[in-house]
Amino acid sequence: MSVSDVIIQQIINGISLGSIYALIALGYTMVYGIIQLINFAHGDIMMVGAYIGWFCTRTLMLSFIPALLIAMFFTALLGMLIERIAYKPLRNATRLAALITAIGMSFFLEYGGMLVLTSQTRTFPEVFPQTVYSFGNISFKYGDIVIVLTAVILMTILTLVVKYARVGKAMRAVSFDKEAASLMGINVNNIISATFAIGSALAAAAGVLIGVYFNTINPLMGIMPGLKAFVAAVLGGIGIIPGAMLGGLAMGLIESFVSGIGFSTWRDAAAFFILIIVLIVKPTGLLGKNIREKV
Amino acid sequence: MKLLNTKNLIRLLLLLVVYGVFQFLFVSKMINPFYMMTLILVCIYIILAVSQNIITGFTGQLALGHAGFMAIGAYMSALVVVRMQGSLVTGIIFGALMAAVAGMLIGLPTLRLRGDYLAIATLGLGEIVRITFLNMDYLGGATGLSVPKTIDWTWAFWLMVISVFLMSNFINSSHGRACISVRENEIAAEAMGINTTKYKVMAFTMGAFFAGLAGAIYANYMYLIHPGTFSFLKSFEILAMVVLGGLGSITGSIVGAGILTIVSAGLADYPEFRMVIIALIMIILMVYRPNGLLGNKEFKFDFLQFRKKG
Repeated sequence: MSVSDVIIQQIINGISLGSIYALIALGYTMVYGIIQLINFAHGDIMMVGAYIGWFCTRTLMLSFIPALLIAMFFTALLGMLIERIAYKPLRNATRLAALITAIGMSFFLEYGGMLVLTSQTRTFPEVFPQTVYSFGNISFKYGDIVIVLTAVILMTILTLVVKYARVGKAMRAVSFDKEAASLMGINVNNIISATFAIGSALAAAAGVLIGVYFNTINPLMGIMPGLKAFVAAVLGGIGIIPGAMLGGLAMGLIESFVSGIGFSTWRDAAAFFILIIVLIVKPTGLLGKNIREKV
Repeated sequence: MKLLNTKNLIRLLLLLVVYGVFQFLFVSKMINPFYMMTLILVCIYIILAVSQNIITGFTGQLALGHAGFMAIGAYMSALVVVRMQGSLVTGIIFGALMAAVAGMLIGLPTLRLRGDYLAIATLGLGEIVRITFLNMDYLGGATGLSVPKTIDWTWAFWLMVISVFLMSNFINSSHGRACISVRENEIAAEAMGINTTKYKVMAFTMGAFFAGLAGAIYANYMYLIHPGTFSFLKSFEILAMVVLGGLGSITGSIVGAGILTIVSAGLADYPEFRMVIIALIMIILMVYRPNGLLGNKEFKFDFLQFRKKG
């Protein structure tokens, strides 16, 4: 294998990994944009989505697309429920309190999942052919195409919704100025719920994709992808939707290159290392604008 | 202020009684080794919780890297004790100092970040520390490193007492007041001429030092240290203790560490329940009682002061 082949192969791997990170990162960035909260439970919401997808394909014998849609729907409900129970009472509390609640919620989903679903690893059935396409030394799976295609379709829908739909416009208004938006007749609580629903649905899609691509899922699977997707959101500029997509892709590429050059045990460290460099050099992220802090 | 006033003498007496009772129970084999282990773990977690409280409760910086500093303390003390045949005391001091140095080096750049960003940056650093030890074959790597057990109740208890004494003195000093002012309002504190970054780094270094000390005690007690022990879940567990006891209360942290460690030991056979309970404690407390059990008040033995009523 020549060097260029290796590079192209890692780019392909990186793009499909990065699409998954981008889908999760979108949820982080939307929630942060609207209520300035790092929703630590987001990775675990993704885990729940993966389990719903697993249940649909394994027990109900559904095919990929219905399973994906069902998982997205129920996970959206879960996201709204979590927001109502745990985050809404804290909307005016200190950020520290909200953040600790989010950490608690993340624990609750992980270990509650362990209790209910047991720590046993589950395997997804083969929902699409395991064909491998090769061009010379470069190869990719049918699953890679499905991941990238699903991610692109969902992100296009999201962009259109945020730009043109009523709920999207309202979301932008609320994230810009909550009080002014509510004076204009926007129901802020409903819009925050909608944001959680959309973010959670995207996370569920990512969860199902991880499930069908890597085949195995377990209750703690959400921790690392969740953290890395958060890093991706920060890398792109938190609160900015295109930033999350860019950050997710960058994260996937970096990770597959670090693994590709033989440092796979260091790839988690690489993600955090990048995070710290970004935070120190340009805390607002790649696409962020500098905002002056006012008293 | 006199060091040997009635209040301090009573405190010392109480500590001696607590120490003596458990030491007697242990020597006379009236309590089994599992309870002894729990008690020593309580001491270790008290140091961890109080030092996390210095950073989060008193200075108001949500840092989630405590497990990382604990790992540095544990591994560096093991380096001295196992690989260089040093004594226990040298090991503990070296471990704690290295953790403090790491805290300072990490704190200088990251403490300029605000709230959430600081949390995620320190969490990331903690994970980097863990992954570094995971890849260091000289210190055991993924299989872990076995360390002789040299810590007993006497060591653990008195090191805990000294640490808590030093940390509460720090908080009651003018430096400690400066830290509290940073928590209350950073901009106002800066306007009053307080070098906020300096005090943040100071609190952070101090927290890291004692986290390293606790890590060193842990390493020399547990026979085996393993990078998996020091994942960010450990940091969250320590944070839960602080939150339970009350952000900004030293006695609160002691109570919180005691309760959660004993509950954890009781549920040792059901690890999932243990974590679900920790999670519920965090959520319910934050929603209904965001200041924790003791708030920022201290539990005092005021009724023991033989003061004339007038």
